[in-house]
Amino acid sequence: MKTYDIVIIGGGPAGLAAAVSAKRSGTDSILILERDKELGGILNQCIHNGFGLHTFREELTGPEYAGRFIEQVEELQIEYKLHTMVMDISSDKIVTAMNSTDGLFEIKAGAVILAMGCRERSRGALNIPGYRPAGIFSAGTAQRLVNMEGCLPGRKVVILGSGDIGLIMARRMTLEGAQVQVVAELMPYSGGLKRNIVQCLDDYAIPLKLSHTVVEIRGKERVEGITLAQVDETGRPIPGTEEEYECDTLLLSVGLIPENELSSGMGVALSRVTSGPVVNESLETNIEGVFACGNVLHVHDLVDFVSEEAAAAGRNAARYVQSTDDASRGGGPLVEIRAVDGVRYTVPSGINVERMEDMQTVRFRVGGVYKNCFVSVYLDEERIQHRKRPVMAPGEMESIKLKKEELLKYPDLKVITVKLEEG
Amino acid sequence: MGKRELICIGCPMGCPVTVEMNGDEIVSVSGNTCPRGDAYARKEVTNPTRIVTSTVKVEGSCVEMVSVKTKEDIPKDKIFDCVRALKGLTVKAPVRIGDVILADAAGTGVDVVATRNAWPSCHKEAECQQAVDGS
Ligand SMILES: Cc1cc2nc3c(=O)[nH]c(=O)nc-3n(C[C@H](O)[C@H](O)[C@H](O)COP(=O)(O)OP(=O)(O)OC[C@H]3O[C@@H](n4cnc5c(N)ncnc54)[C@H](O)[C@@H]3O)c2cc1C
Ligand code: SF4
Repeated sequence: MKTYDIVIIGGGPAGLAAAVSAKRSGTDSILILERDKELGGILNQCIHNGFGLHTFREELTGPEYAGRFIEQVEELQIEYKLHTMVMDISSDKIVTAMNSTDGLFEIKAGAVILAMGCRERSRGALNIPGYRPAGIFSAGTAQRLVNMEGCLPGRKVVILGSGDIGLIMARRMTLEGAQVQVVAELMPYSGGLKRNIVQCLDDYAIPLKLSHTVVEIRGKERVEGITLAQVDETGRPIPGTEEEYECDTLLLSVGLIPENELSSGMGVALSRVTSGPVVNESLETNIEGVFACGNVLHVHDLVDFVSEEAAAAGRNAARYVQSTDDASRGGGPLVEIRAVDGVRYTVPSGINVERMEDMQTVRFRVGGVYKNCFVSVYLDEERIQHRKRPVMAPGEMESIKLKKEELLKYPDLKVITVKLEEG
Repeated sequence: MGKRELICIGCPMGCPVTVEMNGDEIVSVSGNTCPRGDAYARKEVTNPTRIVTSTVKVEGSCVEMVSVKTKEDIPKDKIFDCVRALKGLTVKAPVRIGDVILADAAGTGVDVVATRNAWPSCHKEAECQQAVDGS
């Protein structure tokens, strides 16, 4: 059986950044396994611009952003296998994968970095009785069809869900000659970035209907039309608000969820809030030497944060395989990070203060739209951060930073609490 | 006097900004919380521009399409002309990131460039061929 110090599952932006940073941290034996025909992950189909403002200080398209990291992987001569599907990982880190050259094979890994990305929530999310005619696509599938295969899935389009992929596809399909009639959003606010609402909808006079959902789909073989209705605060359609739209295509942009079949298969504990692994400050899961980063850990909207997070996972995995003492590997007391009062979750959800880097980023999302709120951090009972934020929304990932220096002053620290407080 | 209602995209605040116009002249900008909103609104009403992205077909490569973008932002009212100019265009592999796909798109003076590589056949030729044969 072949052995590698670090095996990375997935060659998207998370896997690539993790590989580059692990190599730069002094680990040479690294292998990336990717099931697709090329590296780059989902970014290859995200041809619009707006990537990389944080990382490269310029606005790149998805493929260009991926290209920068692929170049680094090539320059550093990091090994990768394409067309290779990882089937199983055992809790003692034996990776079973398959491709047409090697058949079914096993690799023994010193450390594993999970970077499988996420998948789209499916039609099941659409709670409508009746037929399931052709012409219903997830927004990501439509993106792949248009951008990678050059075919337009329909001419008259309604989009359900105002996540970024849906907004981006509203513009893309309009430019390709389709007529996008409306974007309907169940929630009273959009889950997408403001910039996308302005540049993808407003620019093309595509209406956005908040607090609306699809209540009926017409057509037997192919979609012929849909009916939208307004919903009340509990999400139930309000009778008498129905509006009919003629369309041949319905795109669903109803959210993403981390791809964690492999993780749960190997016994990694998953968070009920994010559906991704529960991790400590090193982005290490409950299984020692198994790390996670990118969309498999929690869904990101900005790839820059994916790269940042993945670089940390790469560094930590390298440190793990290079160290021999137990203190720097697993174990040690973990201070819990508690997310309450509007904060839905934090990544990480626990910190080993001894092992943390000088500055630790803790990412989180809020559960609703909050104006003029404070983000507060408590060490047990003592408030150490209280930062005013003019506006926060579920669609934008937030973060706080914790200084090791400061945490070390509290040797009996039990709980770190992150919460929102009124002004 | 005319009025334009905009949403600033400078940050997640998304301030609603109102621009009072007298013909082509800006009389006042209001609603913005910070100077960036003012600058954004002035540009939006006088000379709105966008980067346009699209795809074109590529021949002789194992990918079907090459993604492209305008090298700089172009006037907003030229977006459709630009996309139309790209329609039906086919390029031949190899294509590299940054290669000019269409010079002076729709008379904007701005080139359309490739945003991905398309090698004559796949990067990892042998593996790619096998996968094609295998499927
Ligand atoms: C449809 C879609 C559109 C998006 N659009 C944007 C956008 O416009 N802007 C933005 O900033 N972010 C966007 N995102 C978020 C985007 O996913 C992240 O920015 C970033 O791509 C996440 O990187 P990742 O490496 O975690 O995941 P991915 O890019 O999804 O990469 C995961 C990789 O793992 C591989 N993989 C999975 N399972 C296996 C397995 N069992 N064996 C081998 N390989 C495997 C996959 O093939 C894939 O290449 C989008 C996400 C989706 C799903
Ligand atoms: S005006 Fe300033 S605060 Fe308001 S959205 Fe624009 S950049 Fe943000």
